[in-house]
Amino acid sequence: MQPEHQGVAVTVLVSVGRHPLTGRARRADQDARGLELALGLEERLPGSRINLLHAGPRCEESESALRGYLGMGAGTGLEHLTLLEQPEGADAIPALAEHLASATPQLVITGARAERGEGSGLLPYALAEHLGWPLVNGLAAVEKVEHGVATLLQALPRGQRRRLQVRLPAIVSVDGAAPAPRQSAFGPARRAQLEVTPLAAERDHELAEWAMAPARKRPKRLKIIKSASARDRFKAAAAKAEGGSGQVLEGVSSEQGADAILKLLREEGVLPR
Amino acid sequence: MTKMLRRDPRREWIARNRLHPEHASVLREQGEGAVSEWLGPSGVIRKNPRAIGFIGPSGIKRIDRSGAQQGGQATGSSHQAAQDSRRTVTIEAPAFLVAVVPELTGGRLSGHDKDLLGLARRLADADPERPGAVLAVIFGQHKGEGGGELKEQAFGEAGIDRLLHLEDDAYVGFAPEARLAALSTVERELAPRHWLLPDSPLGGADLGRRLALRLGERPATGVWQIESDTEALSGWRCTARGAAESLDIQRQLPRVALALAECAEPVDETRHAAEPLSLTTAVPRALSRIEDLGQVAVDPAGVALAEAEFILSGGNGVKDWDGFHHAAKVLGATEGASRVAVDDGYMARDRQVGATGTWVTARVYLAVGISGAIQHLQGIQSCDKVVAINMDPGCDMIKRADLAVIGEAAEILAALVAKVEQQRGGQRDAA
Ligand SMILES: Cc1cc2nc3c(=O)[nH]c(=O)nc-3n(C[C@H](O)[C@H](O)[C@H](O)COP(=O)(O)OP(=O)(O)OC[C@H]3O[C@@H](n4cnc5c(N)ncnc54)[C@H](O)[C@@H]3O)c2cc1C
Repeated sequence: MQPEHQGVAVTVLVSVGRHPLTGRARRADQDARGLELALGLEERLPGSRINLLHAGPRCEESESALRGYLGMGAGTGLEHLTLLEQPEGADAIPALAEHLASATPQLVITGARAERGEGSGLLPYALAEHLGWPLVNGLAAVEKVEHGVATLLQALPRGQRRRLQVRLPAIVSVDGAAPAPRQSAFGPARRAQLEVTPLAAERDHELAEWAMAPARKRPKRLKIIKSASARDRFKAAAAKAEGGSGQVLEGVSSEQGADAILKLLREEGVLPR
Repeated sequence: MTKMLRRDPRREWIARNRLHPEHASVLREQGEGAVSEWLGPSGVIRKNPRAIGFIGPSGIKRIDRSGAQQGGQATGSSHQAAQDSRRTVTIEAPAFLVAVVPELTGGRLSGHDKDLLGLARRLADADPERPGAVLAVIFGQHKGEGGGELKEQAFGEAGIDRLLHLEDDAYVGFAPEARLAALSTVERELAPRHWLLPDSPLGGADLGRRLALRLGERPATGVWQIESDTEALSGWRCTARGAAESLDIQRQLPRVALALAECAEPVDETRHAAEPLSLTTAVPRALSRIEDLGQVAVDPAGVALAEAEFILSGGNGVKDWDGFHHAAKVLGATEGASRVAVDDGYMARDRQVGATGTWVTARVYLAVGISGAIQHLQGIQSCDKVVAINMDPGCDMIKRADLAVIGEAAEILAALVAKVEQQRGGQRDAA
């Protein structure tokens, strides 16, 4: 196999993030992780091409945030970012889907959800449905890409991983389990190119109808004890350890004890196979 | 034979007369018979405060004025009563369906699922004239099923009226395409008015978004509150989290909603039928472009304690630490420790479980030689199953544990390790 034929065309969808405390524009964390994943892929598979894609308005604030991604590409093949220019409040999905359909990358990497706007995490799903491509969420690593099939590691809760094989072209979304992004270098970020394509806007009418407000603190759930007698209510409120329901094996041999434990572990399916 | 109540005026008189030499013994007998109140000769109710109450666990007399005077047994019977107090509700001809796809972690309804079912009940029961039914669609590929936890009983008590149990090898593991095909069939046949899924990484977050787009709906995600709203088309308005948890979005409740945990109170007053349903048409085979190659073995020592699934935790009762580490390796468990074990230098500080250590969320917590001090128990509050190995049958850890084995820790651990190794060796020979 010739190594130069191994390369894949990767498009990373990037958005403008929001700093959780100051609210200022920045690289979105998940998108930066997605780019880090793509850069790692490029190192291992020479001949890969990475494109960055963003749809949204062009202003000073968003531009500096977007250049943050380009600053991560110093010393790699990453050179420019395609900006599909749309006014604020326009629906990004048709524009992105159209662009991807014509650019035909093999792998599209997105963050799981945006840090601004609706932030519903629907975008990768909508693109997958539009393009008819398979989608894998919660990506942790790309193990290899061979003969148009990618082998991926998907992050499960509790630090577990699942290996999947996906036919390309495919869309994958990353969240906090993907590798942490590298620093962004200022100079290359300044010098990099933004390729701007102005687009006719399709307004997102539904979004405009919704009432948005800064998040309220959610009420804490109270422990309500429904019992007729004050004694039960008091006992439940003051209870230290809830007991009585468990099974206690006393006076058994250690073999029998081990058997009982093994049975429970097997039922719960926590033993490695 | 029925016990006839006979009055003995002489004894009553002795009981009233504190100076009578037989007073104490008569009172003691009366205490057994619970005659602590009687009608006096002049028609006034007389009470004997010495005849009421019981001797508490610490040897002190306790008086319980709630009427339930049994000390230890009271909890058991009142628990029974609480179970029976659930009202049984059967909905024969529902006006509409509310479909719920629970995440069923480990084959059981999770807390998140129960909250979601509570939300579904609110939608279904809003109009008592025209009640809807809650339909749960479950993919029964989970292991825990054989254990008997997954009973109709549990489903009914969580508020499920109709149960659609889909079982097929195609749904095992990560199979969003096959599951989506199944849910599309449900949509075509039963056309539920609402679809509710938990917005949780393992369960509905992925499937729910796929479903919504397949149905051509724009779902509400991160829903944490719903209110009735006569102006809305669906009759409901919802509040959802957006933009990395920093926004609250108020909108009409769409057909598909993905809700957060604690979106509603779980059902606790009624019991529903959980009547099995089945699909009349076969689910079309979806061409799968994603293949699940199974879970990858991860080094349990590298998993953060707070998110480990299976923890083997050692305390002051562990004497053989080499054996303990070996057991953790063989069982594939993440290691934890009580504070004493950490203070004595057997375990690293970041392995401490409890109030001043890590609050763990393991599905199985195996506590070896840990007494269960309150500071330690706090840290394991959200563990599913606790297994204790301890010498002392009276300690608090045993009270908390779902399974407790009384005995020498080192021996039991060694026996457990031997069994697991033996089995694995056997499998390797067979393979
Ligand atoms: C402010 C404060 C904060 C604290 N925070 C924490 C915390 O975060 N986490 C924490 O764990 N503790 C904490 N503690 C300490 C806590 O109160 C207990 O002292 C500690 O948890 C006890 O640890 P242990 O159960 O291992 O030891 P012990 O209480 O000594 O229990 C040992 C147990 O092992 C059993 N045993 C002995 N030999 C054997 C044998 N051969 N086989 C089987 N069983 C055997 C005994 O029956 C006993 O039940 C805190 C204390 C304070 C004051």
